[in-house]
Amino acid sequence: MPGPMGHRGPAAERAKDFKGTLKKLIRYIAHERIALIVAIACAVISVVFNVVGPRVLGEATTELFNGIAAKVAGTGGIDFGRIGFILASLLCLYVTAAGFNFLQGWLMTGITQRVCYRMRREIIEKVDRMPLGYFETNSVGDVLSRITNDVDTLGQSLNQSVTQLITSVTQIIGVTVMMVSVSAVLAGITFLTIPVSLVLVVVVVGSSQRYFRRQQTLLGRVDGLIEESFSGQSVIKVFNREARAVADFDVDNQRLYESGWKSQFFSGLMQPLMNFVANLAYVAVVIVGAFLAVAGTITLGDIQAFMQYVRNFTQPITQLSQVSNMLQQLSAAAERVFEFLDEAEEGPDAETPALPACKGAVSFDHVRFGYVPNKTIIHDFSCNVEPGQTVAIVGPTGAGKTTLMKLLMRFYDVNAGSITVDGVDLRDYARDDLRRNFAMVLQDTWLFKGSVLENIRYGRADATDDEVRAAARAALADHFIQTLPGGYGFELNEDASNVSQGQKQLLTIARAFIADRPILILDEATSNVDTRTEERIQAAMDALMQGRTSFVIAHRLSTIRNADVILVLKDGDIVEKGTHEELLAAGGFYAELYNSQFAEGPEEE
Amino acid sequence: MSFMIITMISVMLPRADVAAERVQEVLATHSSIEDPDPAAQVTREKGEGWRGVVSYNDVTFAYPDSDAPTLEHVSFTAEPGKTTAIIGSTGCGKSTLVQLLPRLYDVTEGSITLDGVDVRSIGLEELRRQIGYVPQKRMLFSGTIESNIKYGDPAMSDDDMRAAAEIAQATEFIDGKPDGYQSPIAQGGSNVSGGQNQRLSIARALAIHPKVLVFDDSFSALDYKTDSVLRAKIAEQASDAAVIIVAQRIATIMHAEEILVLDEGRIVGRGTHEELLRSCPEYLEIAKSQLSPAELGLEEEGGAQASAAGAADEKGGER
Repeated sequence: MPGPMGHRGPAAERAKDFKGTLKKLIRYIAHERIALIVAIACAVISVVFNVVGPRVLGEATTELFNGIAAKVAGTGGIDFGRIGFILASLLCLYVTAAGFNFLQGWLMTGITQRVCYRMRREIIEKVDRMPLGYFETNSVGDVLSRITNDVDTLGQSLNQSVTQLITSVTQIIGVTVMMVSVSAVLAGITFLTIPVSLVLVVVVVGSSQRYFRRQQTLLGRVDGLIEESFSGQSVIKVFNREARAVADFDVDNQRLYESGWKSQFFSGLMQPLMNFVANLAYVAVVIVGAFLAVAGTITLGDIQAFMQYVRNFTQPITQLSQVSNMLQQLSAAAERVFEFLDEAEEGPDAETPALPACKGAVSFDHVRFGYVPNKTIIHDFSCNVEPGQTVAIVGPTGAGKTTLMKLLMRFYDVNAGSITVDGVDLRDYARDDLRRNFAMVLQDTWLFKGSVLENIRYGRADATDDEVRAAARAALADHFIQTLPGGYGFELNEDASNVSQGQKQLLTIARAFIADRPILILDEATSNVDTRTEERIQAAMDALMQGRTSFVIAHRLSTIRNADVILVLKDGDIVEKGTHEELLAAGGFYAELYNSQFAEGPEEE
Repeated sequence: MSFMIITMISVMLPRADVAAERVQEVLATHSSIEDPDPAAQVTREKGEGWRGVVSYNDVTFAYPDSDAPTLEHVSFTAEPGKTTAIIGSTGCGKSTLVQLLPRLYDVTEGSITLDGVDVRSIGLEELRRQIGYVPQKRMLFSGTIESNIKYGDPAMSDDDMRAAAEIAQATEFIDGKPDGYQSPIAQGGSNVSGGQNQRLSIARALAIHPKVLVFDDSFSALDYKTDSVLRAKIAEQASDAAVIIVAQRIATIMHAEEILVLDEGRIVGRGTHEELLRSCPEYLEIAKSQLSPAELGLEEEGGAQASAAGAADEKGGER
């Protein structure tokens, strides 16, 4: 029953590929097949026992009725022994059923939680394998929502839908068999309600399914918005955007409300409607059954059993409709999870050829690259770097200095030409093996919540405490670490804001020391650092660069002057290449850049 | 059936209760920074307008959960058409100092005035409309370049937007993008470089034609050349605004009319670049680490290139 406002949204938001997703999900769960089969078997056994129950109870009723009838007629009495036996076996039946039911629940919960666990882990692992480009175009909130909301929804609905699907189907089959065996006529009447139920299910579920998917999508967007307004609080305030930010949020929140309302309303409609149909069947069975009993073609116990079966017959149909709802939810959530898991990854890894320890020779050979196909950033770049050389990369803001470094780390692949390390093409390395040759010290330091010791050891997991200390000393970080409360055990907080920016940088340098890689990538920008720390950082970086091939995004004169090669980038292209003296003598862009930086002395005024 | 539902509810209720409590905790928190009492509120936007004279009068500030004040007895005045620069080491309270102006925090003691009016007597929206604030951190919003530059006033004209981008030296890279001003910006501005991010943030602040421009270490990701061109443009185009620059780089601020040297929350020196070189040891120390003596004018000045090359020699020699 689509309401008058039910057709506003674009039709594209229906579950995209319901069947495909479910198939994928089944394949995903196949892992757990033994537990799953046992759980299903338990569910079936439990239901079968439950289904037999009313029939046995009916026998007791018949026995009782016959006994009373016999007593009235004076031909005998109630056979309490027999009734007692019947009831005892009934009890056994129900206890067994409950036991299997319990076992089934225990197994299913284990299965679903393991599936969720695996999914979360796979998503996180996937995050590591994703090309950088993905995160430049997708919001963090969206990925976050897939890990939390979708996996959670998936876990809950998976548990319930599998259980209910099995029990419902078994129950329908079992009850049908029992009903037909009791009375074909009454069974026929009950079956008349099936088409009515089916039509209701199709209509209602059809209306609700697309809202479930939309609800999940919107939830991701709302999460992203919230995160953004949190991190951007100060800007929102100063630019008087509080009201607008709330209004923007309201738009999506309103849409979330609408899709949430609709999905909940339609799925909530199911139960009362099915109850209504069940009651109709119930009444019909009682009336017709009464006539049959009067006519003597059916026993009283049979009617009693039958009435219970009618209840048990419509109930699984209701449940099935709920299952289909849940499956919708399940597939919508699963689809979003799989969508992420199936997202194109970095190209497959090559098998790293057996190599001696990396010396650090790097060679760029006619490299061409652009982030977008028809926008080339680097046109034709060649350069040979000997092991141990220092390469300074200079150029104005946005010239693409980091692009070169990203190519070297193989975050992106070149469009043409090649980059080699020790004469081996980057693409012939497994990424891990390639990156094992690099250490980075960037301006955006990345430290995690944990002790100083752990943060430095991040460079090499098996480093001993002494090695960590030695690295810290080499990075001139030992002194300040000693002054921290707890020294090396000092806990950095989540965004490492309890140490200064400069100290953070020293820690990352220590980390690079301990990693001891042949090739370094350094971002020299030291803008957020006080003087003394800055000097220390520069000294530490110089020490680090000793004997390693270093690529430095250079700002310091001494680095630039002492570099073996200076690469001058402009508008994403390497315009000049050479030593400081050569480039100054050439009087080109470098000379201009160089002079503009230092022509700014007081004499300008 | 009913019994089962009751059982289910008894499981769900405690969950709902815990959730509701946590939500309530957030809802019950109120901002301590509120609009002034309408009766006491000063408004000049409709009448004579604000000039942009900012005065810090003996300002002391401590964060609510800390014992030691972050800023102590800070006083200075920033005037329209002039540049006031604040320099000092990390953690000395520079950013906090400028965040007090748009009332992201309120002073603990002392006062801040705009044209002689305590900022706490000006409507928050009106106050903040006078201030173009460029934050230190990357803070662009998902949307487009256009929506980010027009952030302060979505109704502004495209010409205003372009003019702001022009001053902020951002036109070159914006025009270089296939979609120009419609290019998408990812959450947090993660799909543009640090320098582009800063230039867009600057354009965003300039676009609202503020009376006070606050740059909170906003030139750090720019190379020296872009930095100097940008500052020259700002001086030329936004000449009626008071400019407050927080920086780490001497070169960024050495031409400021007044430079304040902040150390551990106190002003330890003030004056022009030349004065401070002579009078303030902290300033000299910072300057020496970044520029060569020749560049600082401590030695005889030669031609620009010669002195720079000389500086380079000395720097190189230090290794």
